[in-house]
Amino acid sequence: MCLGVPGRIVGPGLVDFDGVRRDVCLEFTPEARIGDYVIVHVGFAISIVDAAEAERTLAILRSIPGGLDEVSG
Amino acid sequence: MRYLDEYRDPVLARRLITEIRAAATREWSIMEVCGGQTHTIVRQGIDELVPVRMVHGPGCPVCVTPLEVIDRALAIAARPEVIFTSFGDMLRVPGSVTDLLSAKARGADVRVVYSPLDAVRLARRNPGREVVFFAVGFETTAPANAMAVLKAAEEGLANFSMLVSHVLVPPAIAAIMESATVDAFLAAGHVCAVMGWTEYEPLAEKYRVPIVVTGFEPLDLLEGILMAVRQLEEGRFAVENQYARAVRRTGNPAAQGAMRRAFSVSDQTWRGIGPIPASGLVLAPAFASFDAAVRFGALGVTAVEDPACIAGEILRGTRTPLQCAAYGTRCTPRRPLGAPMVSSEGTCAAYFNAGREPQP
Ligand code: SF4
Repeated sequence: MCLGVPGRIVGPGLVDFDGVRRDVCLEFTPEARIGDYVIVHVGFAISIVDAAEAERTLAILRSIPGGLDEVSG
Repeated sequence: MRYLDEYRDPVLARRLITEIRAAATREWSIMEVCGGQTHTIVRQGIDELVPVRMVHGPGCPVCVTPLEVIDRALAIAARPEVIFTSFGDMLRVPGSVTDLLSAKARGADVRVVYSPLDAVRLARRNPGREVVFFAVGFETTAPANAMAVLKAAEEGLANFSMLVSHVLVPPAIAAIMESATVDAFLAAGHVCAVMGWTEYEPLAEKYRVPIVVTGFEPLDLLEGILMAVRQLEEGRFAVENQYARAVRRTGNPAAQGAMRRAFSVSDQTWRGIGPIPASGLVLAPAFASFDAAVRFGALGVTAVEDPACIAGEILRGTRTPLQCAAYGTRCTPRRPLGAPMVSSEGTCAAYFNAGREPQP
C-alpha cells in the first residue's frame, strides 16, 4: 500500500517511469523541476530524490569489502 | 531503472549479508514495520540469510482496517445510487459475510482507482450518482486522500464522500513496545518521506530501541538491518536514516499541511490489534459533510472474525503464519480467512506466496 516508485519529471504534472508516462500531482513537491526524480505514491509525488544522497548511500555500500566475490563485483 | 536497479545488486547484497553476520554477536529481534518491506524480506528470503530474527509488523493498512469498516463499505457499495471507489487491494478483504469483489460480481458498482483524484474526477463526471472513496492507508497515503477531499470541497462536489479509516504508525510502534520484545525497528521509508522522523526520537529514547528509517529495495533493507545491528552491538538507541535519498528529518511540509487541513487525529481500532489511542485520522469538522459514514448512516451490525484466525498475534509480531492452524489449508490467498492473507503486503500472504511451509 505504501508502494512508492521513482520516476523522472518530463513535463508539468507528467512523470516518466522507465518509458511509461503518467499524470502525477506535483503539489506536494513545489520545488521539483523538470528532470528531477520524484518518489510517486498513488498518483502524488511525495519526495524529491536527492541525487547526492543516493550516490553517498551507494558509495558506502560499494566500500564494503567483498572478499571472494570481489571477482564478480 | 535509475534509483531502483542499483539497490538490487546481488553482489553488494552478499557483502552486506557477510557484514551483518560479522557484526551480530547474538540473535537480535528486529521488526520491519511496513508491509511493503515484509513483502521484499520474505520474497527475497532476507530473513533466512541474516542471523537476526526478523519480526513482521502491523504495516499493512489493508490488514488493519477494522471488520466493521469493511462491512460498512459493503453496505454503502450495495446502494444503487453509489459508485464505490477503492484502491485495488481492498477488494478481496473479507468482511463478516462477503467482500467487495463478490459484491461487484453481484452487480454493485465497485471501481478500482489508482489515485484518489480519479474518484473526484468520477464524481465530477457523474453528477447524478454518489461517488464514495474508501480512504485507507498510513501517513504515506493520507496527504493524497486529504487532497481529494480538499479538491472536492473547492469544487463544491456535493456527490463526493469518503469512508475514512486511516492509521498512524508511531502510536502503533509505542503500543507494540508495551507488549512485545523487539530489540530494534526498521521504520517505513515512505511514511517518513511524508512525516520525517522527529516523532520517532522520543520513542527511541523512551523504549531504548534503535529505529532506522529504511527504504524498500533489498540493499536498503540489508543496510537498515546492518545499521540497527551496529547500534544494538554498541548499546546505542538513536533514530538513523538509511533512506536519505528520499527522506528528510522534517518530512514533506506541503503534504503534512494538506493532511492537517483535511483530517483530525482520533482514536482508532486496528483489526486484530484493538483500539490504540490517537492512532487514526478522521475528517476534520469543516469537512464532515464529506463523511460517507455520516451521509449513509450507521450500520448496527456486530462483526465477527473467524475464530481460527490469529491475525492479531501476527500483526503484533508475537507469532508467525506457520503457527496458524488454518494457514495454507482453510486460509489461502484465493480464499482468505483473515486480512493478512489478502494483500501481498500481509505477512500471511507474503509467506504463502514465497512457499513457506510449517515444519512437521
Ligand atoms: S493464515 Fe489466515 S487464518 Fe491464519 S492468521 Fe493468517 S489470515 Fe488469519
